[in-house]
Amino acid sequence: MADAEVIPLGARGRPGRATGRRTTPSSAARSLAPPHRHPARRDPADLDTGRGTGRDTGLSELTREPAGPVESRGEPSGASGPVAPPEEPRRLLDLERVIVDRPGGGQGFDVAAAIARAAREVFGDDWERRLAEMLAFARRRITGDYAVDEFGFDAELTSTFTMAALRPLAEHWFRIEVRGLDNIPTEGGALVVANHSGTVPIDALMTGLVVHDRAQRHLRMLGADLVFRLPFVGRLARRGGATLACGEDAERMLAKGELVGVWPEGFKGIGKPFKERYTLQRFGRGGFVSAALRTRVPIVPCSIVGAEEIYPLVGNLPSLARLLGVPYVPITPFFPWLGPLGMFPLPSKWLIEFGEPIRTDAFAGDAADDPMVVFNLTDQVRETIQQTLYALLVQRRSVFF
Amino acid sequence: MGRVVLVTGVSQGFGGRLARALCADSGVEHVIGVDVVPPRGDLGAVHFVRADIRNPVIAKVIIGEDVDTVVHTSVIASPGRAGGRTTMKELNVIGTMQLLAACQKAPRLRKLVVKSSTAVYGASPRDPAMFTEDMAPKRMPRSGFAKDAIEVEGYVRGLSRRRPDITVTLLRHANVIGPALDTAMGRYFTLPAVPTVMGYDARLQFCHERDALESMRQTVVDDVPGTFNIAGDGLLMLSQAVRRSGRPTVPIPEFAVSAVGGFFRSSRVADFSPEQVAYLTYGRGVDTTRMRDILGFEPAFTTEEAFADFVRGHTPGLLDPERIGAAERGLSGWLRGEARHG
Repeated sequence: MADAEVIPLGARGRPGRATGRRTTPSSAARSLAPPHRHPARRDPADLDTGRGTGRDTGLSELTREPAGPVESRGEPSGASGPVAPPEEPRRLLDLERVIVDRPGGGQGFDVAAAIARAAREVFGDDWERRLAEMLAFARRRITGDYAVDEFGFDAELTSTFTMAALRPLAEHWFRIEVRGLDNIPTEGGALVVANHSGTVPIDALMTGLVVHDRAQRHLRMLGADLVFRLPFVGRLARRGGATLACGEDAERMLAKGELVGVWPEGFKGIGKPFKERYTLQRFGRGGFVSAALRTRVPIVPCSIVGAEEIYPLVGNLPSLARLLGVPYVPITPFFPWLGPLGMFPLPSKWLIEFGEPIRTDAFAGDAADDPMVVFNLTDQVRETIQQTLYALLVQRRSVFF
Repeated sequence: MGRVVLVTGVSQGFGGRLARALCADSGVEHVIGVDVVPPRGDLGAVHFVRADIRNPVIAKVIIGEDVDTVVHTSVIASPGRAGGRTTMKELNVIGTMQLLAACQKAPRLRKLVVKSSTAVYGASPRDPAMFTEDMAPKRMPRSGFAKDAIEVEGYVRGLSRRRPDITVTLLRHANVIGPALDTAMGRYFTLPAVPTVMGYDARLQFCHERDALESMRQTVVDDVPGTFNIAGDGLLMLSQAVRRSGRPTVPIPEFAVSAVGGFFRSSRVADFSPEQVAYLTYGRGVDTTRMRDILGFEPAFTTEEAFADFVRGHTPGLLDPERIGAAERGLSGWLRGEARHG
């Protein structure tokens, strides 16, 4: 955004990206441009790129998904700064017109016209198409007219709903910084192996979001059987693309060319006390390495810094945990003392780094059945993640910034 | 010389239709249908013998008629038809034992085809997403049809060990569904409001009745030994399937499920056995690679299409997809029109 100063004021009613550099509308904008019904008050392309031109504020902000990396979120305010003031009075006038224009002056309230106006306010001039899309989405959900894959993954719902719900948490609360995105293969199977921490597996959700938004792939997570035993949790997990962490499922997903995420520390990692933060636990039995070796896909080590501090685990209630059949019942400085308020994660600063992929296709065909190869590779992955964690911790200025 | 085929369970819809289909096949000379009760419909050229497979008489039929192929379809899934769980178990397990004992004694027998079910894999949260034929259930079903099916399969394997000259084919069908077939799963989806287990959404897989029939027929005609999963491609989530049938769901908390199931059973509305509840809680998927590559069977219906065909054959529910679609079109058209005029 170095050229922020030269951005002209909006697209001046023409279809285009309003960057000032383009004189012809983009192909996407051309197909979106309405056939001159109204003098375009707001540019349709603005809605989709989500770049602030200062002309759409207020209500339209609600419907738009926050896009783009965190770093770019704060800056455009400088660009839109000079444009914003003239907008406010105009918006007020619009609202006034809605109120004044009402037909009959109180003789019966015209609902449809009001809805149409509201829709125009919310969606802009393109409101008819957007409203139709929304209705169609609602109809598809009500009538079950959508597809799930054999693991129960509902891509439509995940992309439009789950990810949008998680995005504010990632971008404004944890302010996730991502490094090494190039190390995620753009296609084909790969196994992302990450450290696990934070009492509640929010780190897995955040990694999934980051991969979805910035690498444009769905991260298919492998979860413990407890996840699928719990009501609601298991259902959401399957919808979001997760499946049971077992050799059969991992190999099946990898063989289908999916990007699979695994947190081999499991409950040992996620439920470790705060004083042991950023020390990796045992990496399971190396099952994930055998799966990668069998399907000959690369292993991408992923180091997550920041998740350890969201719920500092200072105590545990093992007897209650046994009673409930869960691995641990956490005590943090705020939970259960503050009740539901204590369930809100602390706003730690997160860094996620994807390391260089470790190739597995150079090993012999039966390497997956050779425990020595599997153990060595497991150690290599574990050591890579541990070293990256230390390096990232040094780079992070403080826990919260 | 043509083959002589004996089909058990011809008085049930599926067995009867299979027997008729086999009659029409050129490679089959003679089809003998066996059941305890006389068939209701027309069996065509099928020669019906009223015999109980729990009785050694069956051996006389097999040897006397020079049967070379036995098709066992009479393992029943729900006790309702048989008149109680005890009778059902006896029909399924003891019946199969007697039938297989007779098969072992029949010198001219060279082929056995058994219709089993994917229920043998059970349903639990520890299941892999897709079961292949060589996987064992993670949690052994302890009661009901699933347990019967496991025992039946055990006896079938025993026979194939003792008589290696017999070609034994075991077909594990996913839930067979279709407009003409009356099954427990079909009755469940035609309830006015469908009870589900709160917080869970099972993955379901269906096999269309025509595919089930055709897979059995093809197996009788061709000689491919082994165990095969038979199911349509793809999966449907339970919630999705219920919505497609246009019915509202009634989520029932886990602790109340057995009570509600008991109520349904006693009022004879629907039958929810524990293994069926487990299936509707955790779901199950089976891998059909072997069906394609080794058996060479290609189902005509995917899971989705099979279910759609089932829904077409029944009265639509309250939330009929057609109605919702019309409502959507009406709403958007109305909004558009109002906006133009207003």
